[in-house]
Formats: sequence, structure tokens, C-alpha cells
Amino acid sequence: MNDAPYSLYRLKRTPFHERVAPLCLPQNWRRWAGCITVGSYDLGIDREYWAIRDAAALIDVSPLMKYLVEGPDAARLLDRITPRNIHKMAIGQVFYTGWCDDDGKLLDDGTVTRLGERSFRLTSAEPSLRWLAMNAVGMDVTITEATDRMAALSLQGPKSRAVLNRCCEDGLDTLRFFRMAPNRLGGRSVTISRTGYTGDLGYEIWMDAADALPVWDAIMAAGADHGIVPCGILAMDMARVEAGLFMIDVDYTAANHAWIAGQKSSPYEMGLGWTVNLDKPGYFVGRRALEREHREGSAWRLVGLEVDWEGLERVYAEVGLPPQIPGTAVRGSLPVMRDRQQVGYASTSTWSPILKKYIALVHLERPHFEPGTRVEIEITVEHHRRYAPGTVVALPFYEPEWKKK
Amino acid sequence: MSAQQYDAIVIGAGHNGLIAAAYLARAGKKVIVLERNPYIGGATSTREIFPGYRFTEFSYVVSLLRPEIIRDLELPRHGLKILPLPSTVTPMDNGDYLAAWEDHDLTRREIYRHSPRDAEATDEYSRVMARAAKAIKPILGVVPPDPSSLSWRDLARLLQLGRFGASLSEQERYRIAKLMMQSAGDLLDEWFEFDPLKGTKSASGIIGTFLGPRSPGTAYVLLHHYMGEIDGAFRAWGFAKGGTGGIAQAIANSAKALGVELRLSAPVEKVIVTGGRATGVALANGDELKAKVVMSAADPKRSFLQFLDPQHLPDDFLAAIRNFRVRGSSGKVNLALSELPQFTCLPGEGPLHRGAISFSPSIDYIERAYDDAKYGRFSERPYIDAIIPSMIDRDMAPPGHHVMSCFVQYAPYDIEGGWDDARREAFGEAVISTIERHAPNIRRAIVGKQVITPKDIEQMAGITGGNIFHGELLLHQLFFLRPAPQWADFRTPVPGYYYGASGAHPGGGIMGANGRLAALEVLKDWR
Repeated sequence: MNDAPYSLYRLKRTPFHERVAPLCLPQNWRRWAGCITVGSYDLGIDREYWAIRDAAALIDVSPLMKYLVEGPDAARLLDRITPRNIHKMAIGQVFYTGWCDDDGKLLDDGTVTRLGERSFRLTSAEPSLRWLAMNAVGMDVTITEATDRMAALSLQGPKSRAVLNRCCEDGLDTLRFFRMAPNRLGGRSVTISRTGYTGDLGYEIWMDAADALPVWDAIMAAGADHGIVPCGILAMDMARVEAGLFMIDVDYTAANHAWIAGQKSSPYEMGLGWTVNLDKPGYFVGRRALEREHREGSAWRLVGLEVDWEGLERVYAEVGLPPQIPGTAVRGSLPVMRDRQQVGYASTSTWSPILKKYIALVHLERPHFEPGTRVEIEITVEHHRRYAPGTVVALPFYEPEWKKK
Repeated sequence: MSAQQYDAIVIGAGHNGLIAAAYLARAGKKVIVLERNPYIGGATSTREIFPGYRFTEFSYVVSLLRPEIIRDLELPRHGLKILPLPSTVTPMDNGDYLAAWEDHDLTRREIYRHSPRDAEATDEYSRVMARAAKAIKPILGVVPPDPSSLSWRDLARLLQLGRFGASLSEQERYRIAKLMMQSAGDLLDEWFEFDPLKGTKSASGIIGTFLGPRSPGTAYVLLHHYMGEIDGAFRAWGFAKGGTGGIAQAIANSAKALGVELRLSAPVEKVIVTGGRATGVALANGDELKAKVVMSAADPKRSFLQFLDPQHLPDDFLAAIRNFRVRGSSGKVNLALSELPQFTCLPGEGPLHRGAISFSPSIDYIERAYDDAKYGRFSERPYIDAIIPSMIDRDMAPPGHHVMSCFVQYAPYDIEGGWDDARREAFGEAVISTIERHAPNIRRAIVGKQVITPKDIEQMAGITGGNIFHGELLLHQLFFLRPAPQWADFRTPVPGYYYGASGAHPGGGIMGANGRLAALEVLKDWR
């Protein structure tokens, strides 16, 4: 029952809303999983982007779907759903993985964290309670959704470790890449994983929703001398493209959302072949289809495209302009051609301020996805369709040496 | 006695008759539409029953109207406006409510608080039904083939259908096959756990049928209602400016602009058959009109058993039409209100008032409502789908006042003892007291009331049996079986006599495909 009529007739707010709302100068709000979240805090997004790449950026990632999977069969359930070998996970280890339908097509992607021998946390982009429950039939496991009762912050950037070392009870120097440990921050219990969506040094801090504000305050205070900047999801969107990280329903269509078969993608096609453990024992969802694809090769591959700056300049020079590049990541399909034939498409493209390059996540048909392949991407120059030359490259575009150190 | 000569006579100025006439006129034919009422619309009529209050007397929402008709007849230019009807709220007995809002995130949040499982199942279910509807929808736009025929025309039609089927995955084909056989209740039980959600979704499976949500066949009706949400001109159920009568008016404007002659208060007595061919009609006033072809847009019983002498029809066809099930099962209560109904679950004026309000707390509730009807009584606690047109189109009622349209099921045509004023009054009272449980001010707000029973539908709109679809959407009455086997291509056993109304393929629901396809078949036969 509800206190006031229509109190539920609005989007959800994250546990940090009270803090982030007054800081959001342009009133640039974005939807994320039924929540309103900050697109950008500043009137431009440069400062937030550079905080990710040069200092520390604090991002509210609470809308992520979070599930606790617990019980004697918890590992069995996750091993059945994902193509990774969950039984091999150490306590405190985090796996990134996609998961598939039985045709081996991606339904979603996220992280699995082993909290204990029999307890895991799963994050996902789409609601997954039903899929988990359907696969848990006959298993001794409890699945609890923690999306709303758990808040999450992502602290990303080369200074992020130094910031956390100032406000956490236990130092972060020994926490390895894709590991997680409990900690205390601002007097509150949290867990901290060395993960993120930017390809930089970074951490994600998981806490009870009730502890959200004190944790935010403690991190902001500790980060003041390190140039910490609250960062919206638009700057993160640029960073994740540089890191070669894709986004559901932008860079691939979830198999259960697709209208036609051609819209679906497999983990191999998305460059996630390294997460598919065909040597693990027993059945997992999609196994047979993935084995077949592994044997026969994939029709598509997600790769990087670096646009030639000289080529871009030339195309614009024809109409007397310098190159015009949007200042944020562009989520829109752009045809990619080779010898005047379309061989694929870009799903997200962005200017990379750190690389000083125009880059794109592109889906190319076999055999055009080999690194070094010369292709052309469609751009619109003064309302006319033009093609800018570029080179296929392996992902990620950008990986600083301190990311995993 | 003067005999006027036309190319085509269309009987009935409902939306299908008007559409057929417009298409014929568009092809250069001289067309007259004959309407028994002094107003157009048939069952798509809006009338000012009380001064200042305009009632959408029968049909009240639209979604399935074929986009090609809107384009061909330039209906937007002739006044068609479909306004949004974005939400559905189901009041619950415990004082809470279930809402499906226009926004996906809000709806998900709303269902989630009742059942997290159902919140996810709803998304998945919507996608599955949308894909099934997408696969079936092309059928609405084609003439059904006769599967027993080997004529090139039927084989070509079969081939066309085969192409639609080929676009389906194996899984989708099984799913559709299963849908054809299931009850809405069984289908929904497979997906959901929350009773008000299941009840509300099941309701679209029973509308216009004399079946309960647990009767096999109702899952298809549910899908039928889903089709409007795929790629239609509106992608959702909407409310026509001026009520559904606004749709009829736009079509009539288009038809008139194309040269169609419209004669009101002109009930047809007989279709004249000369030398085995339809050659005109005789009106009740004795006038005779001659034409090369006659099309009926009345219901099948009236079209074949009343307008024609049985001697002109083969026995098996007559039997099929006699057995065609047209059991009226629904009624309407239209209210003129001095104030908005205040719902205890969501007090104050709000989004609830701009959408549908569904009295469907569970499948059992609706099944019990059906139990009453099975034994010849109207439902003591009926399923009601209410909308407040004046909240969507302010011109429907005087300023500050409102009209409320309540679709009610079940009200059997064959009520025990027969419908009379007392039973009609009692039926209206059952509806008002059901609403009153959730909106206590409703009684005080009523300044005018129109209660319509299936018997009234028959008398007012001229639909035999008072079935809103001119015949139930039962599987054995659809596609190549509608209205009779071998005669689903809008032709009839009498050359020159055509049939194009809701009783023909693809059924009811203000689709207009019936009238359009029939007119196109007439033109194919034209010599």
C-alpha cells in the first residue's frame, strides 16, 4: 500500500539522489534501468571524462541489477547459466561473463562475484530473476534480488586507489584486478571490487542502500586533494568505448528482445570467446550451439575501427570544413564498407580525447574482421553521405599500464 | 414506383459498409449506402443521449483499424484523430490497485511491487505475444483461401500464407499452434502468479465471446486483441476524437467526397434476386433500387436469412449460417457524470482517469461472472472495462462534467425470462454497485444513464443476437470458416451479392479489413 496516491508514478531514484541532484547543473538526466541517473554534472563532459583518465571519477552505478545466489547449489546454478567455469572461482574472485540462451546467443552480460563457498553476487543489465529461477529448478539454492537495497559506486581513474586508501579501513594495495574484499569505509561496511566499466584503474564499492550517503561523503572528502569529480554516465560511455567494452541493446541485442534471428549475437561474435570454457564438464545453457560455432567459426566479430584522421580531414576539406566530431559517444548504427560493399556496421562511435582519434565499435562479417583490414565508415558531411577510411584494430583501443598493476 | 440504377448498393452505414462504399466509389463506381437508422455508424456510433453528453454507445476504443484504409481513404484529412488511452488500472478488493502505465519503467516498477517474478514475466510475455501477433497479423490483410479448393486463385492465396509461415521459427509455430487450442486462463497461468494481473490480461480473451477465461479458444481472442499493438497506425488502443462515431464520420466524409450517396432511415426489406442474380434491393417503404451488385454489411443472419429468400441459398450454406454463433454476451452502461469518479485506491484526479479502469481482480472473478451467464443470468459481479472519454476528449461532456463508458460482460442475450425494463434496470444497478465498491461517489455523480443490453444492441445497431463482433471470434468461426466454409472470400452463393462486415474475415474490432477486402473482391469480379 502507498502513502500518497501516485507516489509510485515516477522513475526510481538511486540512494545517492539527495547528493547528486543538487550537483547536476545541466539537469541532464538519463534513464537507467527504471532509475533517473545523472548524464553529466557539468555543462560540458570534458572534466568528468578527464577525471576518469587522469584523476578519480565517482560514478553512481546503483541501477545495476544485483542478485545474491546462495546455497549448496549456488555454484552449480551459475555454472549452468554462464559459459565460464564457476567451480574454479576462488572466494573473492570476480568473473566478467555473458550468458546465453540455448541457441548460444547472448541474453545479457555482467559480473559474478564469489562472496563465499556457497554465496555469489551476480550483476546484470536486465532483470534476471526469472531466468535464474527457471534454471534453478531442482537445485538447493536461494535467489534474492538486491537491486534496490544495495547501492553501488564506481570510483575510476589512476588516483582511485590513493583516494580509497585514505578513507578505507583496509588498504587497497594488495587487491588484485577482478578481486573483491570486504572493507569499512566512512564507518560503514562495504565490499570493494577492483572492477569497472572504463578500462582504467578503478574500483566498485557495494554497500547497503542505507549507508549510501555517508560512503559518498567519505569518498568525496578523501578525494578532494586528488581531484575527485562526480561523473555522469555520458563520460563513462566514452571511456568504455576506448576500453572496448560493449553495452547491451546498444552494441548487441539481447536474444530474448530480438524480433528476428539476425539481430542476435553470440559471445564469440562479441569477442567474448575467452569467457566460453568449452573444456568445463557437463551441460551449460547454449553449450551445443557454442561448440558448433567454435568448430565452424563465427560469421561476425566485434572489433575496433580507428578512422584515419587525414582521410577524415580530406572528406571535410572537400566542402571547406575542418573535421566535425561529436563530443560524446554516438549510439547509432553506421554502415562500414569495403570496396563499396557493406561488410558491417558501427554500433557506438566516439571521439577519444586520450588517443586523439575517432574510434568505433564495429561488427564485421568474416573475413573482414582481421586487424589491419582497411575499411570505410559512413559519415554525414553537410547533409551528404561520405565515407572515411580507417583500419580494423583489436580491442581495447586504450589500456593504461596501471589498469591491472 | 421508381427504380433507380446504381453500380453498387451497400446495406448498412457501419464502418465496414462505409469503407466498402468508399473503396467502390474510389474505383469510379456509383454507390449508395442504405442505413436503417437516422444516423450513421451502426455499432461505431457516438450520440448525444443527454444534452451536452456524448456517448460512445457501443464500441468505444480502437486499435485494429487497418493502416492501409487510413491511408487510402485519407482519413486524417477527413477528421480522424486517435487520442492516446495510455494506461489500465485494476482496482483490487483490498484497497490497492494494479496499474499498467504508458511507460515501461513505471509499469515494471508497479508490477514488481506485487510480484517481482511477474514483472519480468510481463516483459517476456509481451515480446512473445508480439512476435506471435506479428506472424499472424498479415492474415488480417488477405482473403482467406479455401483449403479444399484446387483453383489457381485459392492455391495462390495458400502460397501467400505459406510465405508468412516461413518467416516463423519452429518454436514460434508451436507456440501459435498451442495458443489456438488453449484457454486464456491456462496460457496466463503458465506465465504469471498475481491474480489481478492474470484477471486483467484474461479479459481481452473473452470480450465479445460467450466463453469464460477458462474456456479453450480464448487464448486466440487474446492474441487477436494484441495485434493492434504491433505495427498498427497507433501501436496501442486509442480513443477516437468524438468517440468511435468520429471514425464513422471520417469514413463517411471520405466516402461522400468520393461521390458515395448516403440514405438514412432507409431499412432494407429484401435483396432482389432476378434470374439467380442479385439485382437490387427493396426498401421497407416500398422503394426499389437497382444495381449491378449488392453488398451487405449487416450481420450474417440478417444478410442471408432475412434479406434473402431461403430458396436462393444451398442447404449447407443455410445450415452454416443458422449455426453461426452470435450469442451476445456483453452490454454497455454509459453514464453522464457531474463529477469525476473518485477511486479509493488512487484518490484525486490523476493518470487513472485518462486510461482504462478494469474491474477484473482475478480469473476466478471473471469465470464466476461467466457462470451466471451460462445459466441465463447477467453477472452479479461483472467484468467491466471503463473509460472516461471526457478526460481524453474534452468535447465529450460539458465543462467540469464527464461521461463514462462501461463495457460490461456478461449479459446474455437469452436471459432467463427475457430482457425487459426491470431486468435492464437491475443489470445497470449491478454495474453501478460494482463500480461503487471502488469509487463510492459514482452514484451521487450520475446525472444520466444509458443501459444497453444485447437485446438493445440488436434493436439499436441491428446486429442479430447483439454480438459485438457479428458472431463470436471462435476458432471454428474464423478465417476460411467465417461466415461459412467455402464462402470466406466475401462472395455468396448468390452471384452479385457480397458480404463484407464483421461477420466475415477477419472478424470484429473496428478493423475495417472486412469492408475493404470485400470491395476489392467485388472490383475483381467486375465486368
